Amino acid sequence: MARFVVAKVGEIPRGEQKVVRVKGREILLLNVDDEYAALLNRCPHEGAKLLCGARVGLLESDEPGRFSYTRQGEFLRCPWHGWEFEIRTGQSWCDPKDTRIKNYDVKIEPGESLAKGPYVAESFPVHVEDSYIVIYL
Amino acid sequence: MSDTAKREVAVASAQKLGLFDADIHPVPKSGTEIRSYLAPDWHGHFDHYREFQRKPFANANSYPRAVRALSRRDSWPPGGGLPGSDLEFMREQHLDPYNIECGVLQVLDPVGNKLRHPGFAAAMCSAINDWQALAWAEPEPRLKGSIIVPQEDTRAAIREIERLGRSPLFRQIMISPRSEEPLGRPRYWPIYEAAEALGISVTLHVGGENGFPVTPAGHPSFFFEQRESHVPAAEAVLTSLILEGVIERFPRLRVITVEAGGIGWVPALSWRLDHCWERMGGEIPQVRKPPSSYLRSNFWFSSQPIDEPEKPEHLREVFDWVGWDRILFATDYPHWDFDDPKYAVKFAMTPAEQQMFFRDNARTAFGLQ
Amino acid sequence: MDAGIHSIDCDIHPSIPGTKALMPYLEEHWRDHLSFRGIDDVELTYNAYRNPFSCRPDWRPPSGKPGGDPSQVLEQALDAFGASIGILNPLWGGPVVYADDMAFALCHAANDWIAATWLDRDPRLRASMLVPFESPELAAEEIEHRARDPRFVQVLLLAMTEAPLGRRHYWPIYRAAARAGLPIAIHAGTGYRNPPTGIGWPSTYVEDYAAQTGGFQTQVLSLMTEGVLTKFPELKVVLVESGVAWLTSFLWRLNKTWRGVRIEVPWIKEAPAEILRRSLRMTIQPLNAPKGEEQVRRMLDHIGGDHMLLFSTDYPHWHFDGGDAMPPGLPAALHRKIRLDNPLETYSRLTETLQ
Ligand code: FES
Repeated sequence: MARFVVAKVGEIPRGEQKVVRVKGREILLLNVDDEYAALLNRCPHEGAKLLCGARVGLLESDEPGRFSYTRQGEFLRCPWHGWEFEIRTGQSWCDPKDTRIKNYDVKIEPGESLAKGPYVAESFPVHVEDSYIVIYL
Repeated sequence: MSDTAKREVAVASAQKLGLFDADIHPVPKSGTEIRSYLAPDWHGHFDHYREFQRKPFANANSYPRAVRALSRRDSWPPGGGLPGSDLEFMREQHLDPYNIECGVLQVLDPVGNKLRHPGFAAAMCSAINDWQALAWAEPEPRLKGSIIVPQEDTRAAIREIERLGRSPLFRQIMISPRSEEPLGRPRYWPIYEAAEALGISVTLHVGGENGFPVTPAGHPSFFFEQRESHVPAAEAVLTSLILEGVIERFPRLRVITVEAGGIGWVPALSWRLDHCWERMGGEIPQVRKPPSSYLRSNFWFSSQPIDEPEKPEHLREVFDWVGWDRILFATDYPHWDFDDPKYAVKFAMTPAEQQMFFRDNARTAFGLQ
Repeated sequence: MDAGIHSIDCDIHPSIPGTKALMPYLEEHWRDHLSFRGIDDVELTYNAYRNPFSCRPDWRPPSGKPGGDPSQVLEQALDAFGASIGILNPLWGGPVVYADDMAFALCHAANDWIAATWLDRDPRLRASMLVPFESPELAAEEIEHRARDPRFVQVLLLAMTEAPLGRRHYWPIYRAAARAGLPIAIHAGTGYRNPPTGIGWPSTYVEDYAAQTGGFQTQVLSLMTEGVLTKFPELKVVLVESGVAWLTSFLWRLNKTWRGVRIEVPWIKEAPAEILRRSLRMTIQPLNAPKGEEQVRRMLDHIGGDHMLLFSTDYPHWHFDGGDAMPPGLPAALHRKIRLDNPLETYSRLTETLQ
């Protein structure tokens, strides 16, 4: 598995996301409370690009008329038909078993350790003093 | 070939095929754009009274939609304005990448035909039609307009049809299925007579508020339910058109349902109507053939929002039941329940089937061949 | 007919002759009231009994309403089809009289009359109870009272009501039914509190009849979205004379829409089709199916649950001719299930009496 350095830590604010390209794939990098997730930028349903998806929380209810809203920002709602996906796992909330967004291993690594190589950084230099978001593919 | 492999071949050839999209929604750039197309006599009315409909909220739908502007979140034009308001962006996001050969404009907003004031309704319909022609169909020949008519005032509707029915910029007459009376009733027949004489189709795009509860059991609570109510409404309209004898009377009439909850309901409706006709045909002697036969000869059904059975091959069986020549592809761009031609159908189609579904059936239904 | 298996007919229509017959079961002030005002009958317009469809020609009595003579019904609906149990669903206007108290009094008396005139007469008979469902507190009162008689096996509602049946003001009905272990039956029909279609008033009876499926779809969806079926998970909802085929794509659409608009109804935690396959039951007349066994099999496959089908003749309504009430095309392997197993599983009250 190769390591791809795709962004510098700090570049994507909490609750936001950006698209990076790795080996011809469009991957959506999302910052969830300063942890990162990497998802294919394509909805498994009808292929919408997920970049425009809404970052939302999880609305649950034990009983008609009662609402509990938690985990703000941990879900992505598809920009087309509104299916909800858990960002950490890529799983669809309504159909976790059979519907999921393809996801990739992602890590934060210090520039120092990257300096030992090997890694691929497509568009920017890596400095030992910074930390980077690395996708394993 | 595996199903996936077949689907990939299918996808590749679908992209090459010029598509016919039966449902594209344009909107004006601003709340007042339409005023510039409105006859000056009505400007005062427009400024002071504007839309006056049978619904509770002035600036929201009775059942607020699933998402802002009912639209895909990626369809807001980068230059500003509402989704569907920017022709250039529509070309770039929709017409070009999907290789749309022809797209039919279905105008839901601004509202013309559902306005309560008859004179203003007629004036707004004309304004909307002129706007479709000048802002959309003339600059972009791939787009075709729909003649919006003040359907409750048949004489005014006929005037509008006469005015535009021969223009190559328009392909059809658009009627709201939620009319004041079921659309098969005789008061609406002049519209069908005119459509038949001119050889243009009638489309029934879901929506519009007629002041009746959306279900026969009163007002439901949720958008979820209002959306589903489009299916019984479409069933009731088709039932009315067939059982009142409209098709017997106007045998060359072409009627197209658009966005009526996909197509899965069509077979069950046809079986049920045949059963009813066998037993109670005496009440409707004007209906000379089993109702299902009219559904097979004069009606077409657009596929969006496409049915998604748990087992994809069940949809193929539905296509078989409805008839492969009756089903039209539509995207509903830029609305949220958009169907992407590459992924909407989850079973494998042969190239010949694709050609019918994505293009040729629509050419026939809209009278282009 | 399959010899040797019990058969449970889940939809037989006895007719209520009018208020005169109910007098012995009404309080005195209602007796005077009804007779003074000339309220002799509140037959449902929907139940147009002169319509050829409302009664098979060979079942039509020489005079009066079809299904009016118990001995005729016992012979034609039960004996002729070898039914070991028949569930009576009286279609009558009592439940939809606008004045709540009168509706309650009429339902209460009609249930008493059904018990005395029909249920006491033959041990094979069971009945659905009439309740003034537009007045849910009173309906619940009648359910509590009537549930003491084990021969009443379910609560009868109509497919078209004043508001969709899931709305919370109707919940006393479900609470009472669930407590008594009774299913809710929704029968085709309307008191015309709303136009029979969302597009207004059609011209003909046949259109109203065809449009009943729209009522059923509304009620089922409302019971699901509003959370009745999750709040009362044991509650069975039996759709009677609903047609069956429409359920196929209805389930698909609900699954699809739910994924997109779940935030409106977050108490729905699993796919609607799963909830409905668990809660819904449907009688088989009419099936409204395509022709041919292979086509019927496909349709059933699309619905995905042959446990939902309940045997019915819908006597005296005219859906079929001859002596076989199983719609053509229903695979023989399912017959026993439909005739016996499914009804027994649906109506717990039947098991005790059928050994
Ligand atoms: S494309 Fe994402 S939900 Fe349909």
